Amino acid sequence: MTSPASTDSVPPQLSAGPRPAPGPAADEGLARRLRALACTAPLHDLDARKANLAGEYSVYGMAEVALSAIDLVTLNMDFDTGADHDQIVARLIPRIAAQAPRRPAAEHERVARWVLENLINVGSVDRGFRAVYGVFGADGTYVRRDYDFKLIEEVPGPGGTVYLRTTDEAVNVLVGALDTDVTSAQIAAEVKLEVLISRGRLADAQLAAEQARYRTVQYSETLRRALEATRRNVRAVDWLSTVPDMIAEALDHVADRYRHENAILTNIRKARDETEDAEHKRRAAELVDIVKDCIRRHTQLQSRLLEAGPLFRAEQDRQAFATPTSASGTDLYGHLLAPLLPLPVERAARVTDAFFAHGTGLRTPVSVRVADLVDILLTPPVEREHLGAEMPEPDLIATPDDSRFSEEQLAAATELLDLPADAPRRLSGLLADARRRDPELPYLVALLAVHAASPPVGTAYRQGERRLLFAVDDGTELDDPEFGGADLVVGTALLDAAGMAADRTEAA
Amino acid sequence: MTEHVEWSEPEAVAAPAGAPVTPADAADAARLVAFGLQPKLQPARDQEYADLLRRYREDPPFARLADAVATGLGLIVLEVSPRAGMAVTAAEDSVFAVRMGDYARRTSADGGDRFLHGLAHLAVAAMAFPRPEDLADDGYIGRVTVNGVDAFVRQACHRLEERAAEQGENTDPATDAPGLEAAWRIWARRSATGATKDARRLAGSTTGIVAKAVAFLTDSGFLQRTGDDSGGTYRTTARYQLQVRDLAGGAAMAELLELGVVPVTDGTPTLLPPEDADDLELVADAGLPFHSA
Repeated sequence: MTSPASTDSVPPQLSAGPRPAPGPAADEGLARRLRALACTAPLHDLDARKANLAGEYSVYGMAEVALSAIDLVTLNMDFDTGADHDQIVARLIPRIAAQAPRRPAAEHERVARWVLENLINVGSVDRGFRAVYGVFGADGTYVRRDYDFKLIEEVPGPGGTVYLRTTDEAVNVLVGALDTDVTSAQIAAEVKLEVLISRGRLADAQLAAEQARYRTVQYSETLRRALEATRRNVRAVDWLSTVPDMIAEALDHVADRYRHENAILTNIRKARDETEDAEHKRRAAELVDIVKDCIRRHTQLQSRLLEAGPLFRAEQDRQAFATPTSASGTDLYGHLLAPLLPLPVERAARVTDAFFAHGTGLRTPVSVRVADLVDILLTPPVEREHLGAEMPEPDLIATPDDSRFSEEQLAAATELLDLPADAPRRLSGLLADARRRDPELPYLVALLAVHAASPPVGTAYRQGERRLLFAVDDGTELDDPEFGGADLVVGTALLDAAGMAADRTEAA
Repeated sequence: MTEHVEWSEPEAVAAPAGAPVTPADAADAARLVAFGLQPKLQPARDQEYADLLRRYREDPPFARLADAVATGLGLIVLEVSPRAGMAVTAAEDSVFAVRMGDYARRTSADGGDRFLHGLAHLAVAAMAFPRPEDLADDGYIGRVTVNGVDAFVRQACHRLEERAAEQGENTDPATDAPGLEAAWRIWARRSATGATKDARRLAGSTTGIVAKAVAFLTDSGFLQRTGDDSGGTYRTTARYQLQVRDLAGGAAMAELLELGVVPVTDGTPTLLPPEDADDLELVADAGLPFHSA
């Protein structure tokens, strides 16, 4: 972005030969005017370049859009951060739409974004504009100089977001300076606020309350900075007079605002509740919110102000009364950084290069092992399968059947013990029958009979069995070649399955 | 380990030519230097490292051997202690040195970017050790934040700009001699931050440059990250203090004196609050020190 430099040429008819240029005082004014002119160049450039956009944009007045964008950013930048990018775009769109109502809304938005990005000058590294102008120096030599400026700049806001602000150059040249001295405006704002409320002009009262909040924010910032500096170096901050004066002034401010705002709050609440007009009600509610926010900030500020004294004493204990070190080190700021900044870049760069070379430590260089390299290069890429890895087939060995009695023996024993319900038998008879079939079977029958002496009634009940084997000792002794003990009466009991089922459902 | 010490001490007294140095000792010395090359490794975490350090401190011939190994590799030994381990740094033109070309790929032709990167490193050091006593105090832990460093340099540039305006000088540089521009103008002109398409930091902005410097220092084991507010908070380690105090500060000072600029102070710290704090535009959440004129 350049504007052509003007050369001071004298019309030939007025001189015999080349005349020396007019003196430096005239050139100062010239330099100032050239710089002011340079600030308007980006806006004209927008109109010149709109022909290059894909599409037919000549119907839009780009300079007008750009000027209103700058106005909007200036009016919307809160005093502590800036204006929100998307909000500005949204507010520009109606203006653009008014210029070409038949075009689609997407095109309007595109124009708004294009204009705003070009005002920020997103395309260049330092996001600014550069103009070249030429002036005559004090010794008459003609020198071309670079003038760098920005119109809208991006600043970081709390939480990492980026906000827009207009620079002083933009405000001075394009908006017209708004010269407000906040201190006296503060007092004016208070008076205004009360008068406005009493006359029912709430919209203006809102502006005045916002300005009062700004002053509080300034005080809190100043206090926070002073406390941070105290933590670093207790001698760096003047706790004898400057800071106590500031604290006293801030406490007065807080007390004062407290009184005012509580009074305002009472009145506005009354106004909000009693007014009939919906617009007034809404504005009164907004004002109540702002005033409550102010009161909250004031309370915060006051608590911090009261903490400041004890903090100073603690830091003083830590820093000033610690043992002093005898070696005096380099003062990195005073000896290095501060003398460095006014120097020309090519000389200052030597110092920073030396610091960088010695101050950044080391990097271990990478050395390649060919064996590893070959492995890495030849490893095929891992294929991802949907089915996952293959499961190995388990090698199953059948467990040997080492039970004492085979399945046939169990079947035979069960058959023997399958007695009709009304004909129980003695164990000795069962054993004799079993012995006839199989020499090992009596043992199994005896086992089953002994278990039947304590039949699992509960299980049978729960599972709804109909028959249950039971055995009873009636005192007769068993007469058998292999076994001794009691000669049990073994029988089958029928269970009342239906009744059990009914009981079960009742219980459930 | 202790047996070796007992043997070597009478031997060292009896044979001033030095006890015979075995290849095993040379290997141990080289291992110690290798540990020192890993800046993030702390001796408290590794038993072998701690043992070798103890041997270095108790066994002078071993210490000399380790120093010789380091010198041969092109390294300068800053300090050997349980606090910092074996703190080594690259000598000039050593294989281990970091070049600006490796550090920042896109440096502009007129050297402006190169200067900004170097200035960012110097500013991080200045903010981490604001007073000379802090730099000299071995137990001091400095804290820096990315936004704080950027804001503090901007303030310094702003003061210089005001002073130039008061004196009425035209500080715009001549077009064909960009190297004669005052250094503070370059930092002031570069935007502090910018919105990018994917919401990351803009690499060319000053906060981007400071963040890159801080990340590089963290990788070198000089800083440790402690949080995310104000763009990232970091604290210093013992190695960083040694590096800045013993090497970097001296080298930069020597260059400055060669240029004929002799800063004279009386040893009191120069980071002081400004007299009228209201006219400075501040970046939100930037907690900063102040500085004198």
